[in-house]
Amino acid sequence: MQHVEAGHTGAPATDHSHHDEKPQGLKRWLFATNHKDIGTMYLVFAGIMFFVGGTMALIIRAELFQPGLQLVDPGFFNSMTTMHALVMIFGAVMPAWVGLANWMIPLQVGAPDMALPRMNNYSFWILPFAFTLLLATLFVPGGGPAGGWTLYPPLSLQTGDALPMTILAIHLMGASSIMGAINVIVTIMNMRTKSMSLLHMPLFCWTWLITAYLLIAVMPVLAGAVTMLLTDHYFGTSFFNAAGGGDPVMFQHIFWFFGHPEVYILILPAFGIVSEIIPTFSRKPLFGYDAMVYATASIAFLSFIVWAHHMFTVGMPLSGQMFFMLSTMLIAVPTGVKVFNWTATMWKGSLTFEPPMLFALAFLFLFSIGGFSGLMLAIVPADFQYHDTYFVVAHFHYVLVPGAIFGIMAGVYYWLPKWTGHMYNMTLAKWHFWLSAIFVNVLFFPQHFLGLAGMPRRIPDYATQFADWNMWSSIGAFGFGLSQLIFPYLIWKCVRGGPKATARVWESSHGLEWMLPSPAPYHTWENPPDVQFPDEPGENVMGDQPGPDTAPTHTPDGR
Amino acid sequence: MIQRMTNCFGRWLLTAAGVMGALPAMAAKGLNMPVGVTELSGKIYGLHMLVLWVCVAIAVVVFGVMIYSIVAFRRSRGAVADTSITHSTRVEIIWTVIPVLILVAMAVPAARTLVEIEDTRNTELSIKVTGYQWKWHYEYLNQDVGFFSTLARDSDAARQLGSGIDPDTVPNYLLDVDHPLVIPEGTKVRLLLTAADVIHAWWVPEFGMKKDAIPGFVNELWIKVQEGKTGTYRGQCAELCGRDHGFMPIVVEVKTKEEFAAWLQAQQQEAAPEAQAATAARNADALTPAGA
Repeated sequence: MQHVEAGHTGAPATDHSHHDEKPQGLKRWLFATNHKDIGTMYLVFAGIMFFVGGTMALIIRAELFQPGLQLVDPGFFNSMTTMHALVMIFGAVMPAWVGLANWMIPLQVGAPDMALPRMNNYSFWILPFAFTLLLATLFVPGGGPAGGWTLYPPLSLQTGDALPMTILAIHLMGASSIMGAINVIVTIMNMRTKSMSLLHMPLFCWTWLITAYLLIAVMPVLAGAVTMLLTDHYFGTSFFNAAGGGDPVMFQHIFWFFGHPEVYILILPAFGIVSEIIPTFSRKPLFGYDAMVYATASIAFLSFIVWAHHMFTVGMPLSGQMFFMLSTMLIAVPTGVKVFNWTATMWKGSLTFEPPMLFALAFLFLFSIGGFSGLMLAIVPADFQYHDTYFVVAHFHYVLVPGAIFGIMAGVYYWLPKWTGHMYNMTLAKWHFWLSAIFVNVLFFPQHFLGLAGMPRRIPDYATQFADWNMWSSIGAFGFGLSQLIFPYLIWKCVRGGPKATARVWESSHGLEWMLPSPAPYHTWENPPDVQFPDEPGENVMGDQPGPDTAPTHTPDGR
Repeated sequence: MIQRMTNCFGRWLLTAAGVMGALPAMAAKGLNMPVGVTELSGKIYGLHMLVLWVCVAIAVVVFGVMIYSIVAFRRSRGAVADTSITHSTRVEIIWTVIPVLILVAMAVPAARTLVEIEDTRNTELSIKVTGYQWKWHYEYLNQDVGFFSTLARDSDAARQLGSGIDPDTVPNYLLDVDHPLVIPEGTKVRLLLTAADVIHAWWVPEFGMKKDAIPGFVNELWIKVQEGKTGTYRGQCAELCGRDHGFMPIVVEVKTKEEFAAWLQAQQQEAAPEAQAATAARNADALTPAGA
């Protein structure tokens, strides 16, 4: 496929050892400009928020365990659903992606760091302040925001002191995301090693590049929408107040013009990670590399013209409903291409089932289920029944939990040995996988039935005919939540020690990051690697070079 | 061998058909969307089942290939990767075109039904529905009948935090009201939806329809309950509207045309002065600036 020229094989450990001096103590983290340190901080932050948001989810599921109100006030319940969404979306999933981008994009494109390291530091350190502000709303008069994460007025304007705090927190998160996105774009565009054309980039870089453009396009739209809420509440404007000539539905249009691309911001990097992992553990190149790139770009484009499918019941003109139904259905085509390509990558491969592959496979099946329910939701007449029920809750949790979050976990299990220099406990990781994969279905599958049978979402109590499936769902939730405790424990153990990982780690791993020693030195690719790529599009597939650096740490046969 | 395979396939088909046949029955047990009691709700159910079965069929094929790959091409069984398979323009065109055709096949009936849903001409009775935090108000236009519809008292007592009342002992827990909406069967009834404070959504699953009630705007939907489907139908507010969003149910009693006429007359006689006073009070409310 290609070969690496002698003498430029990236970074043998000896070359870099003298650069491995890092600032010590608190300063290393507070003033961090190193992409690996910042990536680590992003990932740790995302992990903490995952458990904060998860605790909120468990409060919700505990209350819904049986009919009747046993534990919390309905107002607090509403602020739990609102905060759970905000924390998981902006605090867990998005920072986890930025963390993975920070760690991996420079390694994958052969760059010494992110292009704008100081801004990288700001974009991370904004987040703890943003979330302190957001979580503090739970303790102010009137309680936390309780109008749903979508913040629809006029309801959201009834929020107490939490409203300006939430809006400022969203502004901060938006600023952080935009800075992160700029960094990714500039790094990929300007700092790729010379011989790597765009169509030779790893798919994770591709999907992140497209995600970054989505972020820059839509985060300002969200900022505009929430600022209008603020001025409606405090400065006497009437953007969304019908009595003053405004329109509450306009907020929904603006919000979802942000909101729909946002859901692809959450999922596209997972597509990239799965596209890295499935070829590795199938021991075959990705099927249809260029089709994957174009499919991702098509999905991103379509995501801008489907927003009103979140609001079919607001009373749009018939032509509007038709347009948004048809454009939404179109998304199934490029998404289908991706799923077919992943399947074709496994076809006639030589498959092994290490933890990253297990999570990627669960992603493949369960994300597809979320895709099917998404197709059903696109059918407007049927959506009049599905809208705002637990069917929708089941749908978006299927694409976000076994979709985005399994994607993140797959990525962590894939690259953890590269980061720490140690192999992790495979058995424990498999326990984590199987418990997660089983409980996530116990948790979310019954919610399809609840929604179809008529249970609205965002209610703290329900009619008795919904009791059985709610009980199952709650059992699944606690099972899933408790299983996640394995994850930080396993990572902690892996950071502290374990069998040494070689550079290549996995038998068939491919890409520049695997040419670096494990753990990746503090500074990498100070001299851009000189790698020869074939003419046709495709990822850098590492050849079978002899030497200790390219021997896999983990061979499935040697278990 | 082939004989055995066809037998096996036949059995599989029979089972599948059995499952399909059992689905309407499963709806009663709360697994599926109700078929409903209006022409439109039946069509919506049909669309739902069409798309569901298309998805199931696609899933059987795609998941089948995935599972086959996972089973057949595992290294532990000695599978060797064929690294020459990297792309094929032909299959990529096939698996782009086939989904497009399937989508068109689903879009056509969906668009047809949508056009019918949006046809609000020739309605015979108009009722204005106003969402409040947290109750509904119904007003029979030009009939001088109007009333609030609030969560039934026994449900309201049982739903308080730590009430100690077992919801199972309350009939129609959270799905009962003091004054249900009453409509006649076999009549095209138009609902004009609006709200007094925040956005609500009016939804009765058996009628197949859901629409937002938005302050300052009027939405419309129509219901024509099939002849012979008199009875009580229940639903809930479907748009988060604040603290007691979960506690503003909708109950609709469908009566025969004669019973409805008699009911309407009785309401008019009984509540005429009150209704007028209430209308006047609401008009006065509407003229008061917000927040005053």
